[in-house]
Amino acid sequence: MTDKEALFTYTLRLGDDLLILSHRLSEWCGHGPVLEEDIALANRALDHIGEARNLYDHAVQLEGKGRTQDDLAYLRKERDFVNTLLCEQPNGDYAHTIVRSFLFDAYHLPLAEALTKSSDATIAAIAAKAVKEAQYHLKHSSDWLIRFGDGTEESHRRAQEALDALWTYTGDLFTQDEVHKAMVKAGIAPDLQTIKAGFDATVDKVLDEATLKRPADGYMQSGGRAGKHSEHLGYILAEMQYLQRAYPGAEW
Amino acid sequence: MTSQDHILDLLQNVKDPEIPVISVLELGVVRQVEVDADGKVVVTITPTYTGCPAMDVMATDIKKELVEHGIASVEVKQVLSPAWTTDWITDDGKRKLKEYGIAPPEKTGDIRALKGEAPMVPCPQCGSTNTVMVSVFGSTACKALWKCKDCLEPFDQFKCL
Repeated sequence: MTDKEALFTYTLRLGDDLLILSHRLSEWCGHGPVLEEDIALANRALDHIGEARNLYDHAVQLEGKGRTQDDLAYLRKERDFVNTLLCEQPNGDYAHTIVRSFLFDAYHLPLAEALTKSSDATIAAIAAKAVKEAQYHLKHSSDWLIRFGDGTEESHRRAQEALDALWTYTGDLFTQDEVHKAMVKAGIAPDLQTIKAGFDATVDKVLDEATLKRPADGYMQSGGRAGKHSEHLGYILAEMQYLQRAYPGAEW
Repeated sequence: MTSQDHILDLLQNVKDPEIPVISVLELGVVRQVEVDADGKVVVTITPTYTGCPAMDVMATDIKKELVEHGIASVEVKQVLSPAWTTDWITDDGKRKLKEYGIAPPEKTGDIRALKGEAPMVPCPQCGSTNTVMVSVFGSTACKALWKCKDCLEPFDQFKCL
């Protein structure tokens, strides 16, 4: 793999996380537990998809084969997606949705902060915009997690169950394979150990306030960055790509 | 020969499609206007929020406005860096937001306001500072939802970014 191919893959990883999480959040549209949350999740989905579009534009430029951002979103197969496993997990109840976003936000904010110093100018510019939005995202998910954890017996139980269920997917966020190492060496991506430190600090602080227990780092699921996914991604793509597959070339 | 000032005058007519009282100039999204020797006009804009769907509409509206006024060759480019902030909204723009019923953004230096920790946003209806944030995510990507505890009206706030 050349450096250019590695950069293409890395850019896809950043974009795929956001596209897939955005799709999950958009599934709540019209079904939110209260109006404000319905709107909040739609807003978050919009922020994520906006960032994903910018990253995909960058990826297709790097690739130089004339593909478009839509081609990347709608015409790749499951094994070509390199999003982290956490982002594709189902919405579940609202505690699952919030915990999934919280764990992602706790990773995404320090990552975006670090990427503002990326040696790739486009990735740095995209991150500089995203970092401000990511602060709002983390604030939103943290507020709800604290409310659930430190709320009623039932909300506490559900938040803890969601945390226990999703924790096994957090290891995949910090995968440092050959692609990532090449990016670190080129000054494009940060060492994920430093991002993990930021993630840990946020998680510990918020869980403490939420009176929730941090699960033990036991067996961790992995494989998202290599295109090995949980069974859920295929269903997401079936829905997301349906229109483009049924009406090839459709634009809006 | 089309002058830059003439283009800027025309751009003043192009409004934010979601907040139709404020122009793209007052919103601070127009980064640069260039007119080359052949009369081709290049307008460089920068997105407010990453996923703001209004950006595509603004680009189309800018093109439409200029073409309708006889400028044959128009290109609208988007740049991301440096990132837009709400400090780029002009004072006129902020006043118009307020008159329209949207509380204008704080200065970004006020990080407490950014995070909604110090609800010091005056109600655009009655001016009371006895207000409370209902949700940090409002009717569009750029707005938060607030409520005035004195006049009891809900209102939008242009989020500080």
